[in-house]
Amino acid sequence: MRDNIENMASENDADSKKVATPVRQYDVVVKILENYQYNHEKLIPILHAVQEEYRYLPEAVMMYVANALGISPARVYGVATFYAHFALQPKGKYVVRVCDGTACHVKGSMNMFETIKKVLSLSDKKTTTDDLLFTVETVSCLGACGLAPVMMVNGDVYGQLTENKVKDIIENIRKHEAGVKK
Amino acid sequence: MSFNRYILIYRESDAGVDKNENLFDAFMKELGEKDPSNSVQVVDAVMNGKADPDSTLVKIIPDNIYFKCKDPVDAIKIVDDFIIKNNPVKKLEAAANNIQYRIVLRNCGVIDPENINEYIAREGYSALEKVLFDMTPDEVIAEIKKSGLRGRGGAGFPTGNKWAFTQQAVGDVKYVVCNADEGDPGAYMDRSTLEGDPNSIIEAMAIAGYAVGASKGYIYIRAEYPLAIKRLEIAISQATEMGLMGKNIMGSDFSFEIEIRYGAGAFVCGEETALLASLQGERGMPKPRPPFPAVKGLWGKPTVINNVETLANIPVIIIKGSDWFNRIGTEKSKGTKVFAVTGKVKNSGLVEVPMGTTLRDIIFTVSGGIGNNRKFKAVQTGGPSGGVIPEKFLDTPIDYENLVALGSMMGSGGMIVMDEDDCMVDVNKFYLQFSVDESCGKCAPCRLGGRQLLTYLQDIAKGNGDLKDIDKMKRIGNAMQKASLCGLGQTTSNPIQSALKYFYDEYEEHIVHKKCRAGKCLELLTYTINPEKCSRCGICKRVCPASAISGDRESGFAIDNAVCIKCGECYNRCKFDAIDRG
Ligand SMILES: Cc1cc2nc3c(=O)[nH]c(=O)nc-3n(C[C@H](O)[C@H](O)[C@H](O)COP(=O)(O)O)c2cc1C
Ligand code: SF4
Ligand code: FES
Repeated sequence: MRDNIENMASENDADSKKVATPVRQYDVVVKILENYQYNHEKLIPILHAVQEEYRYLPEAVMMYVANALGISPARVYGVATFYAHFALQPKGKYVVRVCDGTACHVKGSMNMFETIKKVLSLSDKKTTTDDLLFTVETVSCLGACGLAPVMMVNGDVYGQLTENKVKDIIENIRKHEAGVKK
Repeated sequence: MSFNRYILIYRESDAGVDKNENLFDAFMKELGEKDPSNSVQVVDAVMNGKADPDSTLVKIIPDNIYFKCKDPVDAIKIVDDFIIKNNPVKKLEAAANNIQYRIVLRNCGVIDPENINEYIAREGYSALEKVLFDMTPDEVIAEIKKSGLRGRGGAGFPTGNKWAFTQQAVGDVKYVVCNADEGDPGAYMDRSTLEGDPNSIIEAMAIAGYAVGASKGYIYIRAEYPLAIKRLEIAISQATEMGLMGKNIMGSDFSFEIEIRYGAGAFVCGEETALLASLQGERGMPKPRPPFPAVKGLWGKPTVINNVETLANIPVIIIKGSDWFNRIGTEKSKGTKVFAVTGKVKNSGLVEVPMGTTLRDIIFTVSGGIGNNRKFKAVQTGGPSGGVIPEKFLDTPIDYENLVALGSMMGSGGMIVMDEDDCMVDVNKFYLQFSVDESCGKCAPCRLGGRQLLTYLQDIAKGNGDLKDIDKMKRIGNAMQKASLCGLGQTTSNPIQSALKYFYDEYEEHIVHKKCRAGKCLELLTYTINPEKCSRCGICKRVCPASAISGDRESGFAIDNAVCIKCGECYNRCKFDAIDRG
């Protein structure tokens, strides 16, 4: 699980085309479904795996999954919308999740959140950058309260944040990306 | 050869070996002279958390007493007085550590959680062996009942009774579910236990399976806990390889297998009926109880659901016996409780103490009190379902009943400490926002009531409140307590009700005087420059990100409150205390 998240960044470099044309990716979905024996009781793990592949749950894929499992698309959609982890819109390559659990809140996590939004020119309505590099969201307690305030970028946890530290983290990712592209 | 005592010398990390070398030698030398029978073993141990730079922590087992040693002289004193003569050495005792008592966290930081052999070396799986070969399921349940263990997931239901109901329920198949959905913001006890000692949980699940007659277990864990998931996977595969899990465990005719399932970010899935729905691949919405899961649970089969921390106690109770466990704690709450102490304390972290320890001991003695010269205001226990406890009740011994009597609850063990800089209205608004976001929306009292409460709070925080709102909030809260389907809605108003009880004056201030003394409710804040103190240095104007400050060094400076975004930058940066906040 953790490895998957960590590898996500590098794998997805090659994947950006996939995201654009999910229709051609059903062979991946088929593999996932086979892994879970086409068992509709395992819908949640299946959607987890699908989202790991596409970074979100494309509507067409949800339809495909529903048909393959012999359940109604409404059931799949119902589950997909119930859980905060599932996204119906494409997310950025780096998902920055700022903890707004109690411990982080009393240590000023919202300032971190505002800083990141400002640095990335995002707002409450617009949470993903146009280049699909970053998505910023809040999350409730990451279980690292001792290090509050905390945020998670894909699989990595950063603690004892300050506004400068946050800016550095974003800047480093940008630099890393610029290096990769060259 | 067997030892009857151990001296553990703690170091912070691999790098800390040199620091302790002198001490190690001093203990060895003194023991060599005074303990010719060689009954004491000195052990090099790695600690959980940070070491004190001036002294080394030393623990004596089985006495479970900690000392702080500064130099070899201290070591000699401990050996001569404590080990040989059995006299207390109060002067060297580490008070903060001696209040703590580890049952649940017994192995965390002590063993390598990815190596099952280290767990086995510390009596791991011997409880499972004992129940499989020396005890009937009824005896196991009787033992757990007698221990007085109560669920650590929040409600405090007696674990033995829960197991008995599941055992007695009719069903061809039964299940054991471990609730590791720890969603309470500010709580991370279960995560630490799973990461530090995953084998204890799977061993306990197998014991529960044997007791109730189940051969399949599920661990429902948050997807946000990747390391815990990985370590559980390792533990399960190592245990299976060694015949401690799976078919015919240790050659007995009991078989048990465990599957890990992860959540997908819904707090309400911690509620047991919602959790079961989620395990079945559905939306995680609670269902009315009865029927209780013990009777009709996963796929309609009798199911026992226990919290991680509850389970972590099981192997110890089996090995040491219910009488031993029973002696720890208070009359109605036995054993220990792990708390995650966070917020404005000097040392935040996990604290495991016997039930009945006072809040003051936890917050001040163990966690070092409040930092930055601020004053304690309140502590929130029980997370979004709990309430605030003010200074005057800090000497209350903690147990399930006492916390409820104070208008809070034990909850899963989050403890958020607040100081003068925290505003009760703001804190209440925060918890309410959480409960509203996480409400599943199935029942009206919670779905509508929560929103309504939040609206009142938002108004009060903006200075648009009315004293009559308080009465309405109480009435809505009471209705939600009585009429909501699950614990989430039933407890949503608890933080507000307790704050109204203990911090009514703060609410009144917000409503009547439009003031927030902690400076958290931004809409109520105004910053002004006190010309008497102002030295006209101009730093305020330079740091203001909104360009709300005008003027120059000749004529002085002024803040335009219509433009000010209340960030407090000028207030923080002024060296002359010339900015007033009100
Ligand atoms: C909204 C809500 C959230 C809950 N979250 C958790 C949780 O994260 N972990 C947990 O163990 N119990 C949680 N519970 C309590 C469970 O419903 C259940 O009582 C518990 O898992 C039983 O285990 P125990 O008897 O060992 O405590 C929650 C209850 C409610 C109403
Ligand atoms: S009380 Fe709230 S969370 Fe619980 S069932 Fe009702 S709406 Fe859902
Ligand atoms: S509150 Fe942020 S990690 Fe727990």
